[in-house]
Amino acid sequence: MTEEVDTGRRHFLTVATVAAGAVGAAFAAVPFLASWKPSARAKAMGAPVEIDIGKLEPGAMVKVEWRGKAIFVLHRTQDMLAKLPGMGSSLRDPDSNESDQPEFARNEARALKPEYLVLVGVCTHLGCAPLDKFTPGDVTVSADWPGGFFCPCHGSKFDLSGRVFKDVPAPTNLPVPPYRFVSDTRILIGAEAENA
Amino acid sequence: MGSTSQTARAGGGRLGALVGWIDDRFPMTKLWKEQVAEYYAPKNMNFWYYFGSLALLVLVIQILTGIFLTMNYKPSSAEAFSSVEYIMRDVEWGWLIRYMHSTGASAFFIVVYLHMFRALLYGSYQKPRELLWIFGMLIYFALMAEAFFGYLLPWGNMSYWGAQVIVSLFGAIPVIGDSLTEWIRGDFYISDVTLNRFFALHVIAIPIALIFLVIAHLMALHEVGSNNPDGVEIKKVKGPDGIPLDGIAFHPYYTVKDLVGVGVFLILFCLVIFFAPTMGGYFLEHANFDPANPLQTPPHIAPVWYFTPFYAILRAVPNKLAGVGLMGAAVVLFVFLPWLDRSKVKSIRFRGPIFKFFLVSFAIAFVALGYLGLQPPTPLYTNLARLFTVVYFAFFLLMPWYTSIDRTKPVPTRVTYHAH
Repeated sequence: MTEEVDTGRRHFLTVATVAAGAVGAAFAAVPFLASWKPSARAKAMGAPVEIDIGKLEPGAMVKVEWRGKAIFVLHRTQDMLAKLPGMGSSLRDPDSNESDQPEFARNEARALKPEYLVLVGVCTHLGCAPLDKFTPGDVTVSADWPGGFFCPCHGSKFDLSGRVFKDVPAPTNLPVPPYRFVSDTRILIGAEAENA
Repeated sequence: MGSTSQTARAGGGRLGALVGWIDDRFPMTKLWKEQVAEYYAPKNMNFWYYFGSLALLVLVIQILTGIFLTMNYKPSSAEAFSSVEYIMRDVEWGWLIRYMHSTGASAFFIVVYLHMFRALLYGSYQKPRELLWIFGMLIYFALMAEAFFGYLLPWGNMSYWGAQVIVSLFGAIPVIGDSLTEWIRGDFYISDVTLNRFFALHVIAIPIALIFLVIAHLMALHEVGSNNPDGVEIKKVKGPDGIPLDGIAFHPYYTVKDLVGVGVFLILFCLVIFFAPTMGGYFLEHANFDPANPLQTPPHIAPVWYFTPFYAILRAVPNKLAGVGLMGAAVVLFVFLPWLDRSKVKSIRFRGPIFKFFLVSFAIAFVALGYLGLQPPTPLYTNLARLFTVVYFAFFLLMPWYTSIDRTKPVPTRVTYHAH
């Protein structure tokens, strides 16, 4: 036995103890951080919702709630669909390159089936609820209004596919939620794939 | 032991004996002397120096009223709004306690902004007070978090949509943005879960952090000593007893002086509580008297006034990520002031015209942005907000340049003081 203190050994043991303690603390932090994730109940309540569109007349729109957000389902008429190709030059993102939607909706109709438009009814500017202003020339919007969605908060305008017009505050098109057709008359909102 | 026994004898009598008994077990007299009775502050501190002690007073008011509010408040989305109305209408004096708390929030920011502006005027962030300043900034950040979490609790419609807008700011962060907002909310939207956790943060986590930071701020202050309107270090000229010649004991001189500030503050505070508790929609927004409704937004979303300068900067930028980044930078840049300022002098009294010009333009830009953040974003207002955003950032980013070329006046060795 030597009387001298082996400082190298002592230093190594100190560092090793601190390192082991830090690893333990990091592992112990995981449950606390993970407890902030959506709980099983929140997930269950955020599960997909199924709606019946069998009785939705052409030109009519229903609103359903999914995950605390309004979902717009619009049955578009042939007239409405015929207007879409002509909008291009007045839109900010006509091809939905910058916008949020499932891959299948990255088209002019922004829909799985062109007649049925499914949108998240939350303005991409600051989250207000856009109004349905489908009548062309609706004076509450403007005399040359082609018909679409209008946000009353800061005046953002969207066409009948939820595509944003130029020179309004909203940066991107209205988002399209994931959805699929369960049958010809039923839509499941919140899930794209069969197994979801 | 020796010195504490002397205290006991000096006090005399049974009270003195009790003090001695405590002092042998806990440094009561020692702390009192070091921190209060024998803490020497410059004798030339003016009214700008009221706002530190006033901030402490408001913190006490907020903690006290907050404790009593939690006794009747229910942190659930089904009951929160009606429990606040219950406090306002049915609880004895509940309206007073609630209005003290809501007015206290705005008073806190008024006092803290003036306290910070004092530091800009007299260079109080400069060496050797960098850490003191950083602790102060951390207090300010904690205060912002506290105010944000607290504003959701009444569960009014502006609470709801304000939280919605601010939480979605985190969504601008690339890659992790969406999962981060989901993690903060604990749900797919601002829900009962979010309300419950914001309540926990508002009443436990942030207040504890605030109290620790205030203690650290005061310890740092008492270590380096208070600055003063001349920016002269009083510790450089000491008398034979080791006490700075320009220093006077905090107690009784500044405790008495601060009491005058407390009196004036409480008069104004009570005027607001009794006659204008919502301050025309600035302290409590009108839309917040409607319960939260996830499906209907208020026609115009604006944060409470103390956040609007930063909100105006956010909206001035056409790109969402850049806007969020710039807004964050506008808040964080304050932290770097001690290193951005290259001036040889501290106080504005000895600075040159260029610094004065930049400081005045910064103050104007801050107030103007605060106003614009409350207004709807018309094209004119957006362009004005851009102009003032440039002025705001110029103050910080050009500071190393203009403080090093600015003409300064010689600083005296003693503070300027005129006896009354």
